[in-house]
Amino acid sequence: MSTSILNLPTEEYIYPGNRACTGCGLGIAYRIGLKAFGPDTILVVPPSCLTVLQGLYPIAATKLPCLNVVFASTAAAATGVSAALRAMGREKTNVLAWAGDGGTSDIGIQALSGAAERGENIVYICYDNEAYMNTGVQRSGTTPKGALTTTTPIVGKLQQKKDVPSIMAAHGLSYVASCSAAYPLDLYDKLIKAQSLPGTKYIHIHTPCPSGWGFDSSQTVKLGKLAVESGMVELYEIENGYFRLTGASAQLSNTKDLVPVSEYIKRQSRFRALPAAELEAMQDTVNQRWREIAPCVETA
Amino acid sequence: MDIIESGNNAAALGVLRAKAQVIAAYPITPQTPLTEKLSEFVAAGEMQAEYIPVESEHSAMAVCIAASSTGARAFTATSANGLLYMHEQVCWAAGARLPLVMCVVNRGLGAPWTVWNDHQDSMTQRDTGWIQLYCNDHQQIIDTTIKAFHLAETVSIPVMVCFDGYLLSHTYMPFDLPEQDVVDEFLPSFKPAVYLDPKKPVSLNTVTMPESRLNIHGQQAGGYMEIRNSFQQDLRASLDCWQATDERYQKLTGRGGNPFIESYRTDDADTVAVALGSLSYQLRDVIDSLRAEGLKVGVASLGIYRPFPDDAVRQAFKNVKRLLVFEKALSLGYEGPLCTDLRAALSLMDKAPVIGNRIVGLGGREIETEQLAENLRQFCRADKPATAPSWIGLRDLGA
Repeated sequence: MSTSILNLPTEEYIYPGNRACTGCGLGIAYRIGLKAFGPDTILVVPPSCLTVLQGLYPIAATKLPCLNVVFASTAAAATGVSAALRAMGREKTNVLAWAGDGGTSDIGIQALSGAAERGENIVYICYDNEAYMNTGVQRSGTTPKGALTTTTPIVGKLQQKKDVPSIMAAHGLSYVASCSAAYPLDLYDKLIKAQSLPGTKYIHIHTPCPSGWGFDSSQTVKLGKLAVESGMVELYEIENGYFRLTGASAQLSNTKDLVPVSEYIKRQSRFRALPAAELEAMQDTVNQRWREIAPCVETA
Repeated sequence: MDIIESGNNAAALGVLRAKAQVIAAYPITPQTPLTEKLSEFVAAGEMQAEYIPVESEHSAMAVCIAASSTGARAFTATSANGLLYMHEQVCWAAGARLPLVMCVVNRGLGAPWTVWNDHQDSMTQRDTGWIQLYCNDHQQIIDTTIKAFHLAETVSIPVMVCFDGYLLSHTYMPFDLPEQDVVDEFLPSFKPAVYLDPKKPVSLNTVTMPESRLNIHGQQAGGYMEIRNSFQQDLRASLDCWQATDERYQKLTGRGGNPFIESYRTDDADTVAVALGSLSYQLRDVIDSLRAEGLKVGVASLGIYRPFPDDAVRQAFKNVKRLLVFEKALSLGYEGPLCTDLRAALSLMDKAPVIGNRIVGLGGREIETEQLAENLRQFCRADKPATAPSWIGLRDLGA
């Protein structure tokens, strides 16, 4: 059964007035995500926008215990928390690693792959704002092709986005999910399900970033939804190897329902250097992808 | 109980006796047999611990940091490039004030590749804020490993137990394995003051500003510099704690009494050789032969290198005219690091000894006892002994 806004827990685990930017997609995902985990949770966080959101010593924005760790080590540190809890008979406590896309797809992927291969009992969340936003918008492995960043400043990124959920799925995990901050209830339900499954669970959350992508901070949810409606981002889960589109993506049963990719692209200044031919290629890629996954759509 | 075991197994038995709860390790020569033995203890049910076979040393230390932050007693071991690979985490563990214990089975550093013994690896971590202890033999390896947990948990500072690769790690010697009840009495279970607990949430290692800031109760909390200063003060104070730990262990086992400097025939010595680790025991043979020649010589080894036992050094060498520092390490571009530290500490004395420096055994080059003897002999006899570092054991490769 899907959660609705009416039965989402009212308890909040982050304080208002934290240091996230106005319109931060992470802010939405983090608030809802922590509700899914509840109070018996230990967080592990590497350097990222989330470190900033958390606040400056001696003040913290999160009402949960949090271990700040070095950039490359998130999943290994989560392993250590989990091992210690086991050693001390406190296994019921959730271990939640929460890292950015650079901290996951680039510098953190070795530790993440190691933890996943060992099957550590952790939930690992990657919030994907598609660049190193905390250090000022440098390209990362998950920056989409054509996006301008401060290290791809003129023609944009030349390479395609790294598909981290697929890499994680290749580890044979019990649960891999792709979500969006624009669909918090879909996110919430997936995080609830993740907690019920054994071993390492990987959750990838698309989190629009007004300052990094170049759109008005009032449009975060709109952009997140356009990413899904255009098919650029898919909401899905892979449960014990079984792929299933969820939520808004499940409703896009074939390509004719997709919003044109240009509707998503044109609203972001990071794509201002994208040539028309590249935009067409981008649309072709999305169409091809959806021809492949459409048979997996489950309709009511 | 008297047993005959390798140095690596001596360390593993120390960790077994200390009842570490989380062990994370990655294979690297010559450390590997140590953590293999621990994995065997855990798999056989002889040890109630979580053994995490991580994918790198960086992650090994990450696991230890996180486990200790969660309230568990944690241990790892490494060597050489593994230690360098975890360097970021080594600094982090110290700054986070976590009472970890790590054995460093000393090995040289690449490039070029070497797997053999010297002290260059642990020397690169000298300034990270870890306490560094050096062992001379197998008995010291097991005793120091057990004592390291007590010291670390007393002062909330991680401790590195260093011992020579191959020379100690892979050789077999008799030693006393302390009984479990003795170690239990020596080392109470780990009870951290602060740890990750959902009932009392804390955020550890958060971003800290250059200036002090008010907390939510309106009190000033230290900025980065106050935190660093408090760490430094605690590190200096840990010298006394190390002595107390040593005394506590001595009461229970009868072994100890020289926590800072272990001296051999130095009482009336004019000239003293100084070294770290097993080299100091090799030098005992040299001292015996030079004594037979009528030279008033002795040898001293430092059991603790960081924090530097400068008071103990000044006390130990107050009547010495000449010191010759034999080192298996080098601050490239200058001299041996122990020599530099001794020069600095002893410069405060009214009559500081003349200090010479010999670089030996890098990358496992054989250290010939006769060469040590000849160097010490000449250093004793020279009117004005050279103080610049010179190398022992270099081969003549021809023109």
